[in-house]
Amino acid sequence: MKGVGIEVRALTKRWEETTAVDAVSFSASAGQFTVLLGPSGCGKSTTLRLIAGLEEASSGQILIDGDDVTRQPPNKRKISMVFQSYALFPHLSVAENILFGLKVRRVPAREQSDRLEKTAALLGLSDLLKRRPSQLSGGQQQRVALGRAIIAEKPICLMDEPLSNLDAKLRHEMRIELRALQQKLGLTMVYVTHDQAEAISMADKIIVLNGGRVEQAATPRALYETPASLFAARFIGTPPMNLLRLARQDGGWMIAGDAAPFAKQFEGPLPDELYFGVRPEDLSLAGEGGVPAVVEAVEYLGADNMIDCRIGTERLTARLPHHFKITPGETIRLTWAPGAAHLFNALTEERLEEASRLLARSAGPPRDETRELSAPPASAAQGPR
Amino acid sequence: MHRRMEWIYAWLLLTPALILLFAFTHYPAVTTFWASFFSTPRGRREAEFVGLENYVTLLEDETFWQVLVNNAWYAGITIPVSIALALIMALWVDGKLRGRSFIRMAYFAPTVLPLIAVANIWMFFYTPGFGLIDQVRGLFGLGEVNWLGDPDLALGSVIVVAIWKEAGFFMIFYLAALQSIPPSLREAADIEGASRWTYFRRIVFPLLMPTTLFVSINAVINSFRLVDHIFVMTNGGPDNASSLLLFYIYETAFQYWETAYASTLTVVLLLLLSLLAIGQFFFFDRKVHYR
Repeated sequence: MKGVGIEVRALTKRWEETTAVDAVSFSASAGQFTVLLGPSGCGKSTTLRLIAGLEEASSGQILIDGDDVTRQPPNKRKISMVFQSYALFPHLSVAENILFGLKVRRVPAREQSDRLEKTAALLGLSDLLKRRPSQLSGGQQQRVALGRAIIAEKPICLMDEPLSNLDAKLRHEMRIELRALQQKLGLTMVYVTHDQAEAISMADKIIVLNGGRVEQAATPRALYETPASLFAARFIGTPPMNLLRLARQDGGWMIAGDAAPFAKQFEGPLPDELYFGVRPEDLSLAGEGGVPAVVEAVEYLGADNMIDCRIGTERLTARLPHHFKITPGETIRLTWAPGAAHLFNALTEERLEEASRLLARSAGPPRDETRELSAPPASAAQGPR
Repeated sequence: MHRRMEWIYAWLLLTPALILLFAFTHYPAVTTFWASFFSTPRGRREAEFVGLENYVTLLEDETFWQVLVNNAWYAGITIPVSIALALIMALWVDGKLRGRSFIRMAYFAPTVLPLIAVANIWMFFYTPGFGLIDQVRGLFGLGEVNWLGDPDLALGSVIVVAIWKEAGFFMIFYLAALQSIPPSLREAADIEGASRWTYFRRIVFPLLMPTTLFVSINAVINSFRLVDHIFVMTNGGPDNASSLLLFYIYETAFQYWETAYASTLTVVLLLLLSLLAIGQFFFFDRKVHYR
């Protein structure tokens, strides 16, 4: 059962007033792990259900292995599916639950038992086959649901938040196990989740959805390093990327509410407002130079501390090693590596690739010639509250 | 000390219910059983112990046997038909349907009506000549039928009314059970390519078994208990053709005043009901999956 590719073209789903999925296009390559990621209500589950054939598309196309299956029933789509609630049949034993599909398709009894044995062994369910779902733990129920999906030997497996009902430890184990299983079987996996950590750790490709539209489709690394929009920047990372409003002033740019200039004029046509983004883990303390920030709160996390600071009216969080002794009220100087800076157009919310690169080349944090740093900035004391 | 207080407290709370139960349920049941071994007291003549004489009379009583056979037919038809109808209606009303709450209400309406009122409505349907059924038959050039007056038709006519009354009530239970089945089960079956029938046979029907058990026990009890419409429609006639066990007990006790014999009949009824209920539990127990 080698995986096959899926292509979704301008897929739209409307219910009277609301549009759940709005002209979504993406592709999931054969044998790859594709994650649909987004907050609740972003249309990711609906997109999955459209691919499964459980909902009918209002417009657009779904191609599986090159065939248009937009109007085909679920069982003609070469898919299996794992539901968020597992959807196990409560009155049937584990074995009967797993075999349900094979029995429906009248697979010979001999083959049924062979495949059951293989699947149960793969998932460690061999000792539980006679039990009812209600006699299983959450993790075991999850495996039964998984077993029902993989015994079908369909090339595509769809998963709708399959780990959301498990506790944190089990979820972590299952993540690794699912990923290994997908690679071992060569399945094309489409996986829905709202948990960005889950997405980043498992996916070959992440489709970020927001309000029924695709925000960005990229590898986890590209998504983390070059978020294409403000939304993607805010959604990925724990804690998410700091986004500071920049205002144009006197031919340069300032952090909103801050008195000192932040950077020289970026080249190229730019709007009047920008967002400057930097990840908490990319910030470090500067010996010389750097941007002064007033510490508002310190959250101790063991290895690292989360330092909440303020520059002008903008707030940001820095993740710093715990050995720095920092107390609220003090002023620290922050710096970051070239390349860790991101710029976004505040109006269109899109990434400004060119300007981001320029900012990186100008070595990120402003130099002394652009900013007076000798005394604690006046703004720290008298900035608007 | 504390424990004893709790005991007293518990008994005080239980007492009112116990008094009512004993006074109006257990005591009459025991006296009925006791009375079935005595003759009927009349005037100055007191009841005297007659042993099993009443039971011998019962075995030789042709009316009793006829009523019992009637009741068997009545139960044998109303129970399966009303349950099957209830299930079909519930499956239909559970689906995505225009004006579905109106249809639900319409089906449930017969249950809300008192059986006496239902019987009156059906009296109008059945009236020979100008009743609804005969008027419809008239359109097709068919003759008059005396539905309630014909010994061959009276019992059947009464059965129809009972089904009409009961099916809507049982539908509500099935509907509640159907709505508690998560829709994802249907979707999981769809993904596997299960047909509607397979899904019903292998998933829905087994999951409805606890409801079926509950409904069928109720149906059995009702088939012996609900006789109000007989009073209005046929009075057991013609020639006991539509008389049922409970109706016969009523006649014996309160029209012929044969209280001892009525007690005997009651004992038989109770015995029959408990046997049926126990039998059902054993029969269903292996097939019912409780969630």
